Amino acid sequence: MDTLVEESAHAAREAVETVVVRLAGDSGDGIQVVGAQIGLASALSGNDLETFPDFPAEVRAPVGTTYGVSAYQIHFGGRSIKTIGDEVDVLVALNPAALKTNLATLKNGGIVLIDAGAFTSRNIAKAGYETSPLEDDSLGPYQLFAPDISKLTMESVKESGLNKKASLRCKNFWALGLVYWMFDRKRQPTRDWLNQKFATNPDVANANIAALDAGHAYGETVEATGEIAGYTVQRIDMAPGLYRSVTGSEALAWGLAAAAELSGRKLVFSSYPITPASPVLHTLARLRDIGVVTFQAEDEIAAVCAAIGVAYAGGLGVTSSSGPGISLKQEAMGLAVSTELPLIIVNTQRAGPSTGMPTKTEQSDLNQALYGRHGESPIPVLAARSPADCFDVAVEAARIALCFMTPVILLSDGFIANASGPWKLPDLSKLPRIEVSNHTDREGFHAFLRDPETLARAWAVPGTPGCEHRIGGIEKDFSTGHISYDPDNHQKMTDVRAAKVAGIAASVPALAPDQGEADGDLAVIGWGSTYGPISRAVTNVRARGHRVSHVHLRHLRPFASNQQELLAGFKRVLAPEMNAGQLVRLMRAEGCTRIEGLSKVTGKPFLVREIEAAIFARLETTDE
Amino acid sequence: MNELTMQSALTPADFATDQEVRWCPGCGDYAVLKAVKTVLADVGAKRENTVFISGIGCAARFPYYIDTYGFHTIHGRAPAVATGVLLANPDLDVWVITGDGDGLSIGGNHLMHVLRRNVNCQILLFNNETYGLTKGQYSPTSRVATRSPSTPSGSIDHPVDPTQYALGCGANFVARAVDTQVKQLVEILKAAYRHPGAAFVEIFQNCIVFNEDVFDDFTARANVADNQIQVEDSAPLVYGVDGDRALAFDADALGLKTIDMRADSPTSALVHNAKNRNLAFALARMARPTFPMATGILYDNPGPVYEVEMANVGSAVRQDGKSLQDVMHAGFTWTVGETS
Ligand code: SF4
Repeated sequence: MDTLVEESAHAAREAVETVVVRLAGDSGDGIQVVGAQIGLASALSGNDLETFPDFPAEVRAPVGTTYGVSAYQIHFGGRSIKTIGDEVDVLVALNPAALKTNLATLKNGGIVLIDAGAFTSRNIAKAGYETSPLEDDSLGPYQLFAPDISKLTMESVKESGLNKKASLRCKNFWALGLVYWMFDRKRQPTRDWLNQKFATNPDVANANIAALDAGHAYGETVEATGEIAGYTVQRIDMAPGLYRSVTGSEALAWGLAAAAELSGRKLVFSSYPITPASPVLHTLARLRDIGVVTFQAEDEIAAVCAAIGVAYAGGLGVTSSSGPGISLKQEAMGLAVSTELPLIIVNTQRAGPSTGMPTKTEQSDLNQALYGRHGESPIPVLAARSPADCFDVAVEAARIALCFMTPVILLSDGFIANASGPWKLPDLSKLPRIEVSNHTDREGFHAFLRDPETLARAWAVPGTPGCEHRIGGIEKDFSTGHISYDPDNHQKMTDVRAAKVAGIAASVPALAPDQGEADGDLAVIGWGSTYGPISRAVTNVRARGHRVSHVHLRHLRPFASNQQELLAGFKRVLAPEMNAGQLVRLMRAEGCTRIEGLSKVTGKPFLVREIEAAIFARLETTDE
Repeated sequence: MNELTMQSALTPADFATDQEVRWCPGCGDYAVLKAVKTVLADVGAKRENTVFISGIGCAARFPYYIDTYGFHTIHGRAPAVATGVLLANPDLDVWVITGDGDGLSIGGNHLMHVLRRNVNCQILLFNNETYGLTKGQYSPTSRVATRSPSTPSGSIDHPVDPTQYALGCGANFVARAVDTQVKQLVEILKAAYRHPGAAFVEIFQNCIVFNEDVFDDFTARANVADNQIQVEDSAPLVYGVDGDRALAFDADALGLKTIDMRADSPTSALVHNAKNRNLAFALARMARPTFPMATGILYDNPGPVYEVEMANVGSAVRQDGKSLQDVMHAGFTWTVGETS
């Protein structure tokens, strides 16, 4: 917790700027549900926040095991929040396995709230502890608070009429009530949520509400003993507007649906199940009633091929997967390059190679996006930086695909896909339309007629009389669109495809630092989900008076046209990446030879302090 | 016929493109191309609403020679591209052109799924039991002991039968045709065109360069009568010179047997029923030399069409004027006010 010097108006409560809470328990403990509630309650308390669910990899692990632990981390407070927090201030562990697997995230001196009732010798042994951690000194460095939550929950729901098992299931809401008391959150929205959720089962709603209230009351009671303290969390003035909480997967799905509306095209989303990309499919599958079509194909190849068929027939064709699935799509992506069809390929990256660590995040598919095809086959590449940004990047990907008649790769990752934060809802009627019409003029038509400005080819879709034509993966003649094996023509077509993609840069806004001046001692440059930790680290370093700026890249191919020029204003350039230096090598190849990398390939996002340390290391040597 | 239809009626020649046809002279593909153009003209197909989609192989050049919309895609994937085309625009009339390598080897999976989903398209599988375009390697339909550049000592893998495969995948229209039997081919293609949902047609196609006359046993003029049975719905299953042979139910084998019509009473010949899947399987399974090769429409029994079901599934589109804005605003939202 970042403590503020001044005391809050709330008597006897210490004021803090930000807090990181991590809830952990068995898969069946309802951790994700109460985690999401803290998020909503914090948003209503005037905080910015970011949350991240940490699901077990196993579908249904045995109760009480370490691999069955589900966790949820939330970082909230009175300043702009862009990460889930380097370390945890308050850890709630509802069983021994949850404590065992999550204790390392808790900062020294942090609060650990435990359900003593779940620390039976059987559960302790299941978690792999030899002795109870409550009885040895392993929790010595922390503030331990261990009421018998199980028992207290049972007592609080006595009158609900629920059986023992169902009663005990309310313990997540008891713990939530105590956390609400600690951070002064309002309970009413959660009560409302429970009443709505269990409208057909009021006994369950009432029992959970009773547990919530009991947990809250417990805080008030023990406060006097000094065993536990309450805090006041600073507020932030968010921009006015209507907000909701959104995950990256949801924002991406809605962004694609918005792009379909903005372009007047039918969205057909064609995908094959894969972790962690499937939630985009699930979100869009619920949008049938607004005209979205989702197609669960028989494999990754069929998924991309169907999306190409959609594009050929005049729709907005999108396919989505994660690294291994993208590998399978690569041949078809070459077809989309050759036939110059608008196609969006979404890659929600995960730790690779091969199956790797499917639930862990990485940004190691940049090379794959840039180069993963045979032949000279440039494809524009974009990356989303945060859950909410997925919406905007999806719209941008569609704009590029449709206006330039090209496949586009959109990179997300397992972290942003699952993380969530408050999102100011855009007014769809105010977003710029994507004006691309079908070619209908039969006069002098051939399929590879080009717009002289964008070099996009004419898009005549089946159903258009007089524009019947044949396309395919064989090289086309520049001036007739017929198949051609002419050597000079192949050179010309290769050049024009490259020039078309390079020309997209002219339609992209000039790159400006996300933070800081356009020159200085160090530019920290990033792409994708490293945005959050880089942003915070640069803010912290700048607060100490250093001339450091943050440059964030949304467009990875082509780069914004002024990128080189902008970076020339900095003495040094540092690129933190969750890979072995893929952007670094790309930028070196493009002439930015001063760039240095900071690599992390652990399946986990960067910590702010890791980036801060790397920045300071560069600043020290710059100062010499 | 009124004046308007007189004007708009297209002839087979109207479906020709200006592209030079590049198949080997004498290739069976020419006959199929001609038959397809005839069918398009006869059924009154609209050029602009017709799309030919192919994979890779000799037959896959087909779209370049038909003046409609056409997409020459990648090896084995035409059924997937066709599915996407129809999801975007279910009103189009889609033909998939594939071969034994394209449709049953690299693309066997997609063929299975386009059939079991019942996507509304005609699928013509040109079976020549060889990889023509890559110069004559044995294919998944080549018979055991086929000598080819990749099997100099003869192939050892057991072939797949395209028609049985299609029936096994749940196809609702399955037919067999022969490139040179033009009249029958045209009738089959017209029926395939009329069939709602996926219509699968295996065409025995003579590759004169790498597998010449491989189907002669039942397609050569002298062999047709005795070695091929051309089935027709509701007609007795008879064949042979003067119809002296027929098919009958063999209760012991739970299958078919051949009978001599001169010896048996004529009533014992089975009558073809194109809606009977068991019969279709039994006809498809008949193997030379014990049985004649069955051609014609083995099975034609329409079922729910994928794109139609897709449009109906869930609630009807925008009935209540629901928009994406409504979707995003549903659930828990909160307002940060300028004044609050
Ligand atoms: S190789 Fe065979 S199938 Fe191919 S075009 Fe020549 S004859 Fe026809």
